[in-house]
Amino acid sequence: MLQRLRESKSAQGTILALPTTIWLFVLLIIPLILTMVVSFGRRSPDGGVIYTFTLDNYTRLFGYSTDCPDGQASCFDPLYVNILGRSLSLAFNTTLLVITLAYPLAYFIARAHPKQRNFYLFMVLIPLWTNFVIRVYAWMMLLRKEGAINIILGWLMNLLHIPFAPLEMLYTPGAVLVGMVYEFLPFMILPIYTSLEKIETPLYEAAADLGANAIKTFLRVTLPLSMPGVVAGTILVFIPVMGTFIVSDILGGRQVILVGNLIQRQFLDARDPTFGSAASLILMVMTLIVTYFYTRKFGFGEEIVVA
Amino acid sequence: MNPYRRSPFVIVATVLVYIFLYAPIVGLVLYSFNASRANVTFEGFIPAYSDRVVMDGSLVKTSPCGPFHWYCELAKNGDVAEAAGNTLTIAFSATIISTIIGTMAALALQRYNFKMKPFSQLSLYVPIVIPEIVMGIGILTLFSQVFGWVNDTFNLAGDARLSLGMMTVTASHIAFMVPFVALVVQARLSGFDKSYEEAAMDLGANEWTTFRRVTFPMILPGVMSGALLAFTLSLDDFVITFFTNGPGSTTLPIYVYGLLRRIITPQVNALSTVWILVVFLAVLILQILQNREQKQHT
Repeated sequence: MLQRLRESKSAQGTILALPTTIWLFVLLIIPLILTMVVSFGRRSPDGGVIYTFTLDNYTRLFGYSTDCPDGQASCFDPLYVNILGRSLSLAFNTTLLVITLAYPLAYFIARAHPKQRNFYLFMVLIPLWTNFVIRVYAWMMLLRKEGAINIILGWLMNLLHIPFAPLEMLYTPGAVLVGMVYEFLPFMILPIYTSLEKIETPLYEAAADLGANAIKTFLRVTLPLSMPGVVAGTILVFIPVMGTFIVSDILGGRQVILVGNLIQRQFLDARDPTFGSAASLILMVMTLIVTYFYTRKFGFGEEIVVA
Repeated sequence: MNPYRRSPFVIVATVLVYIFLYAPIVGLVLYSFNASRANVTFEGFIPAYSDRVVMDGSLVKTSPCGPFHWYCELAKNGDVAEAAGNTLTIAFSATIISTIIGTMAALALQRYNFKMKPFSQLSLYVPIVIPEIVMGIGILTLFSQVFGWVNDTFNLAGDARLSLGMMTVTASHIAFMVPFVALVVQARLSGFDKSYEEAAMDLGANEWTTFRRVTFPMILPGVMSGALLAFTLSLDDFVITFFTNGPGSTTLPIYVYGLLRRIITPQVNALSTVWILVVFLAVLILQILQNREQKQHT
């Protein structure tokens, strides 16, 4: 028996991979299947699940409502569709802004003297490793009516003799956008840096020798070669932004409800796991569709592991 | 042409982005010395050391710890100590298990062919492409259904009843950490010259000796960075912990989140500052170690 095991490469591989595969099967695959099953169920009066097959949770999510104002039997209620749309557009905007901010910084580090690069990267890692919740809290303090941003603005306006009333920035969609950009910025800087750093300097020299100016070199050499990093960064930013609920919870208050908040409330406050599961499946499908088309267009960089 | 030349636009943008990255952190640290208990506006530093805490309304006038008043309060806070203990316990145990089984899986996927290989490889990508909240509620549903069934079937009562706690958090952490360990080690193995192992085998070493004396030392840096990545992911995790923790398994992120929804005193800032300092030291040590390794290679 032992002898056979020693000789069978395939059996050895199976045994080595078994613990991880079982672990992931039990705690990732089965939960996903279970979520799917629950999403077709109905909520029991005590907040549990009655296993049946109904599409009610999905029709409700996409706007079918029986609770109508003028006595109609059914009508369209855009509440949940709006939440899905808001999450999607916030994720797009966050990703775009993050790319805009991350690219120059990554470029700066990649073109820095090799001895200085580690220091600049170190400066990116500190905010990245500071806890997610703490980073949201930091923005809560800055954006408050009495917070530092208003104090500095007030001081500047006073200097310029312009009347100034503190801005209400906290609990607005803008606050959530800023918080999201801040949270996920390092996840874009690192992969872009990794792909920029791989570009060899002779390439730049060749471009210059062939008469390309700085802008042309950037557009024809740097940008295309850094695309794998941008793609990897986009996946690392877009997917978590779609599902995060802390940022909107703390910085958006009751004003900005995203699909993450919707799901969380179904499981904790509203106690309707069936509706929460349906919302969570739709969230997963949305991110998978976007990721699929995006990676099919631009490829799937290995930079994703680096970050 | 100077390869390190960067346009003024890039430099200005870089400075602005660094300010954006650090302004919140500076603010956080500054407010940890706030004299105001309400922590809404900055009311200056706590001025004087004395033998007792003197308050004037919500302002701290003197404290035995002086400006570090909130750090002393933090040190006395039993909930923080418990949450910190839980966070570390979970992170250490989950890192050990996920590093061992993740490294095994990486070896299997890189070196062997077996029937379920495509499935094993694919399952590693699941936590990367699926939002954490989807994983979190899925695991919560699994645990609550299974535990409910077991508790009812065996009529468990009191402490014997299965419930969410340290075990469920640790098991769930392992689930999202293993793929990262496995992928990092796999990347290391793929850039690894097989001829060293073949040489060892030719010299008469058996497979186990070859692994112990040749393969393992060579992939050790990969294993270490995988383990470190896993450890920080665990320390940092909020979402999965949020859905799988129960009474007695509150971690620091969960604790801070709870505070943010109630009253915030500068104690939260003090806690954040300590955390940032710890992270700073950890990253610093890591960089020094990496630099040393790079120097040895060149």
